[in-house]
Amino acid sequence: MTMPFYVPPEQLIKDRAEFARKGIQRGRPIAVVEYDGGILLIGENPNRSLHKTGEIYDRVAFAGVGRYNEFEMLRVAGIRYADVKGYAYARGDVTGKGLANAYSQTLGQIFTHEVKPYEVEVVVAELGDDDNHLFHVRYDGTLRDKQDFAILGGDEERLTEEIASSHRPDMSLEDAVALTTRAIQDATENEIATGDWEAGVLDRSLGRRKFRRLSIDEISPST
Amino acid sequence: MTNALPLSPHDPGIIPAASFAALLGRHDLAPTWDVPQGSIESPEATTILAMRWADGVVMAGDRRATAGNVIAHRRVKKVYPADDRSAVAISGTAGMAIELTKLFQTELEHYEKIEDTRLSLDGKANFLARLVRGNLPLAFQGLVVVPLFCGYDEQEAAGKLYSFDVVGGRYDEQDYASTGSGGSEARAFLKSAWSAGLTEPAAIRVAVEALVAASEEDAATGGPDPKRGIYPNIVTVTAQGYREVPDEEIAPIAIDVMEGRP
Repeated sequence: MTMPFYVPPEQLIKDRAEFARKGIQRGRPIAVVEYDGGILLIGENPNRSLHKTGEIYDRVAFAGVGRYNEFEMLRVAGIRYADVKGYAYARGDVTGKGLANAYSQTLGQIFTHEVKPYEVEVVVAELGDDDNHLFHVRYDGTLRDKQDFAILGGDEERLTEEIASSHRPDMSLEDAVALTTRAIQDATENEIATGDWEAGVLDRSLGRRKFRRLSIDEISPST
Repeated sequence: MTNALPLSPHDPGIIPAASFAALLGRHDLAPTWDVPQGSIESPEATTILAMRWADGVVMAGDRRATAGNVIAHRRVKKVYPADDRSAVAISGTAGMAIELTKLFQTELEHYEKIEDTRLSLDGKANFLARLVRGNLPLAFQGLVVVPLFCGYDEQEAAGKLYSFDVVGGRYDEQDYASTGSGGSEARAFLKSAWSAGLTEPAAIRVAVEALVAASEEDAATGGPDPKRGIYPNIVTVTAQGYREVPDEEIAPIAIDVMEGRP
């Protein structure tokens, strides 16, 4: 009979976290920031049809970085969760908090129980009548409620500094786009072509479904 | 949720366009009605119609629901948006039809969000046919649901109409369609009043006239009731999307039509 080698849990967690973090840092970052009319989700994505941001439900949107197949699975699972809940109860009962908790539990479970943790981080953005919610979920299930903006992937610390220095929640969409595109280019030390951005907004002025994608004309970053 | 994890990655079926209806089934939330032998009398939604006009389609329904010879509801809504480019109207057992409409709407939105594109108009009609077909066993016990479906086909750049039968048969209609208890009366009116290339106001007026004609012959169809402020539901679908025609726009037409009736 063979016995598995004993690995102390501290070491196991550390190894797994390091593995996941490496995978996520390699990816291109996404910034999710509040502006006066809603929430902007923006990042570099040269793939025109494989999105990193998307609509989950009426007022709830999703952004993910890391391995595409893994966060895409989470996005689809999130839409299913929201649609089933909204159908079984009422549309207003679908909240960002509920979804973020579900993501958190799922990622936490996968982190400890699966062969390999997911190399992803996601943000669940919820547009409220008065105050918005940004939930940041990490690869190990850590869940945080962010104020004003959230950064996913890349050099998170540096990008946070760049954005924190000039972000105001009452800025216009144009200003928010200009700020985030400049900050992401500075933080990644990389010039990004206009067509290589992906951006979506939860726009308070829209009807029931608040999510829409921004056109290239609306993005045109300040260089 | 029946899964141990709220969002199980092992949930079977990360397959293209995994149906929302199938997903509900896995969570035991699919709308089903087990009816023992015998019959019950539940409210019935009656006359609905749809027709093409120059830029799209118009769909209309009266507001009455009946249970036997009793008026069950005076302000029932029978015409709904299916998504931003199509509309669905219901006749038959009202409670079931409204639930199927909700399922249909959610399915279309679910598909659109997951696939990042809308289903084709034909695809939507086929899915609706499947919902109706699933209801066949109940139809034998008198709980019948028969919808009408119409929308703007973005590939063909034209408005299209579909009618259905109890067994889930799907029929492409050319110019106009109607169903429900006053449906034949409405159709007879549309046969003489409809013409190709109607403008939007003309199509709305023809729809009101057809419903008024139906309400004069069929007790289960409610005509406009200005005293109570009850007017037919009318919607249009064009390349610009779904539009619900507000009561303020319908009221003067309805009053004018009723005064002009012989």
